[in-house]
Amino acid sequence: MATNILMPALSPTMEEGKLAKWLVKEGDTVKSGTILAEIETDKATMEFEAVDEGKIGKILVPEGSEGVKVNAPIAVLIGEGESADAVPAAAKTPSTDIAGAMKDIGAAVKAETSAPKAAAAPAAAPAAAPAAKADGARIFASPLARRIAGQKGIDLSALSGSGPRGRIVKSDVENAKPGAAKPAAAAAPAAGGAGIPGVAPLPDARLLYPAGSYEEIPHDNMRKAIAKRLTSAKTLIPHYYLTVDCNLNALMAVREKMNAAAPKGKDKVPAYKLSVNDFIMKASAMALMKHPDVNASWTDTAILKHKDADVGVAVALDFGLITPIIFKAQTKGLVEISNEVKTLAALAKEKKLKPNQYEGGGFSVSNLGMYGIKNFTSIINPPQSCIIAVGAGEERAVVRGGKIEISTVMTVTMSADHRVVDGGTGAKFLATLKQFIEEPASMLL
Amino acid sequence: MADSYDVIVVGGGPGGYVCAIRCAQLGLKTAVVERDRMGGICLNWGCIPTKALLRSSEIWHLMHRLDEFGFSADNFKFDIAKIVARSRAVSQQLSNGVGFLMKKHKITVIAGEAKLAGKGKLSVTKDGKATDYTAKNIILATGARARTLPGLEPDGKLIWTYREAMVPPSFPKSLLVVGSGAIGIEFASFYRTLGADVTVVEVLDRVLPVEDEEISTFAAKAFNKQGMKLKVGTTVTELKKGADNVTATLKSKDGKTETVTVDRVILAMGIVGNVENIGLEAAGIKVDRTHVVTGKYGETGVDGVWAIGDLVGGPWLAHKAMHEGVIVAEKIAGVKGVHPLNTSNVPGCTYCWPQVASVGLTEAKAKETGRKIKVGRFPFIGNGKAIALGEAEGLIKTVFDAETGELLGAHMIGAEVTELIQGYVIAKTGELTDQELAHTIFPHPTLSEMMHEAVLAADGAALHI
Repeated sequence: MATNILMPALSPTMEEGKLAKWLVKEGDTVKSGTILAEIETDKATMEFEAVDEGKIGKILVPEGSEGVKVNAPIAVLIGEGESADAVPAAAKTPSTDIAGAMKDIGAAVKAETSAPKAAAAPAAAPAAAPAAKADGARIFASPLARRIAGQKGIDLSALSGSGPRGRIVKSDVENAKPGAAKPAAAAAPAAGGAGIPGVAPLPDARLLYPAGSYEEIPHDNMRKAIAKRLTSAKTLIPHYYLTVDCNLNALMAVREKMNAAAPKGKDKVPAYKLSVNDFIMKASAMALMKHPDVNASWTDTAILKHKDADVGVAVALDFGLITPIIFKAQTKGLVEISNEVKTLAALAKEKKLKPNQYEGGGFSVSNLGMYGIKNFTSIINPPQSCIIAVGAGEERAVVRGGKIEISTVMTVTMSADHRVVDGGTGAKFLATLKQFIEEPASMLL
Repeated sequence: MADSYDVIVVGGGPGGYVCAIRCAQLGLKTAVVERDRMGGICLNWGCIPTKALLRSSEIWHLMHRLDEFGFSADNFKFDIAKIVARSRAVSQQLSNGVGFLMKKHKITVIAGEAKLAGKGKLSVTKDGKATDYTAKNIILATGARARTLPGLEPDGKLIWTYREAMVPPSFPKSLLVVGSGAIGIEFASFYRTLGADVTVVEVLDRVLPVEDEEISTFAAKAFNKQGMKLKVGTTVTELKKGADNVTATLKSKDGKTETVTVDRVILAMGIVGNVENIGLEAAGIKVDRTHVVTGKYGETGVDGVWAIGDLVGGPWLAHKAMHEGVIVAEKIAGVKGVHPLNTSNVPGCTYCWPQVASVGLTEAKAKETGRKIKVGRFPFIGNGKAIALGEAEGLIKTVFDAETGELLGAHMIGAEVTELIQGYVIAKTGELTDQELAHTIFPHPTLSEMMHEAVLAADGAALHI
């Protein structure tokens, strides 16, 4: 029985990906576990394994194809003695996958165009499910408008219709800017609002510069993901900011002692080298356990309070940024945290992070101290509610007990989602964090 | 003190009287000025009486096929006077009907010829006597008439326009029709079916030149088979009138000339707008090649003066004029959400035999837009109802945008296609795509099933071919 091999969803939020490389060719025999292809998602390149055995009858999506929708057929698997020629018409897509494709008009359309041309093409393409506004209200749009919106990636819920009774018609979609689009759906399922009617899209920057005066770098998947998620986060989450200065004198002293005490292996390399950031990660985890209200996520119907302190750490890459997570950081010692951060950062730089290493989390730390940044604010990394922006530890003149002293001081600014964390709650958390950073030993209490 | 109205419509044709009804429905005090009979050309000298004539010729055609359907009769003949009388009676009935509609909606009908006479003023002349009226809004709907060219002028006796062709005092044995648009071809079809020797001259390289090329070719074949003589790429250079005939000199594209002698000539070379003597120039209303220039909603640029129908831009069709009439009425009354007319959704119908109907872009025009298209075709021979009717000759063709599935155009030739085209017009207006049309259930057995098949055919999925 010929079956379609479908574009896998390698993470819960994945909508589409690039089929980076085929590792099998037509006619190859595969069994469960055979690596079929490398799929590039917005964050990582991952291997895609076969789950059934059989022969690759036909490859439907050539390698290098971008924007392949999840659940679109990418190849056909045939059984013993079956002919590859009979495949395109015979191959059937399991019904669950049609349901999956129907979630997204774009997916349905894409699946249709990338599928081999079958005799009953129009009937085979699943009808797009009626789009709905985030509040569940039906969107009235003509079938043609829906189709074009799906193809151009325009979120119908962000448009107002000019047709009869406000129906969205072709001209409304054609006049909409692609990408003035889809804020809520993927990035922040928890966020209430969808589009922002009445807000004009920004003009295409190309219109404002003479041609040839710039080099045009097409977006890769990570750039698209950053743009989409951060636009959604900054637009839809009511951010507010709290800033504290932390005295690092005690922390620096402890760190120096601990690093000096690190056992050295045969090659004289110490077993660990703790950074200031490792202390901040640990302090954050401990503070989250004391203030569980901060370790929480927003949904339309409830706040999710997380039981573990899963702390993300922003890693800057040459080609973007990603926030891998130290899960259950409250149970981990400084050395374990330190080594895990190093491992994750190295994986991120090679684009080898798996979604389960960067999705979720309850809190994030973004540290630009190594660049000498004194103070900055971060954009919340949904579905988390808070992120701290950590500046450089530097010697400052500090007034203490009526005297000016020299102290190493670091400024920390927390961005908080006001829907989840009110000002007082955030401030109490930050006071605890400050205490843990200034007196690391108090974390032992 | 002159009578004053919210709206006065100048012209009681299909655009004008429909506009007046809509105005009255919306609570506006409305009058219509008409110099002749309510219903205009359409109802009195165009669409309607020709349909009555063509019905007679259709029956005549069927009478010649009696044997095929199991009947026999001898010695049947037609009486052109009776055919014409029926056609006139149909017009009269409908013209009376429009008069009744005016009464029902309390619309004042003013007989006479109107002329703009300053802001909000209209002067109506009847039998040399002028009466002034005032109106907040004046809607010009004076229509159009047959185009004539130097050397090709009608005389009403030997050289006709549609008006004389509709009421022939006797049946001509031979006929030259100049122009193969809808009007020319309908008369050619009527007279040929009743037995006249008909020659059609068309300056462009195919008959029904606005239709899809494939449909034109199909029509030409059918007309040839009926014995109609088609001369395309040909012009008439001279019409020399005899006592009871006309000798025409025809010149083809390659320079060859020939002469034909016929009993009568019908001129059907298009139309010109009735822009004269209605005070356009004094009012400062812009006219471009005999048609008033308007905005999207019929605005003339002069406050309170609007124009609709054949007087403005094409397509010059009654149903387009009616729709414009409604748009202007609603605009004046301040109805919310009034949409301008989308000319690509205006269907066109020609009631020759076989009938021709279309909407939207032809295949060639769709290609010119640069998009990827897909085309579906379905012949009448694959349709059960068509065969049962004995009308197995015809074709339905769809043109879709291959990427979005948008229905760009639909083109049909064959029995009753003028009644079918509205299905595709609804699809276009409602922006249905190939998928919705493919999922629509068409009743069996009907000619309309071919519309479904022509959609499926665009994906190579037609079922009965």
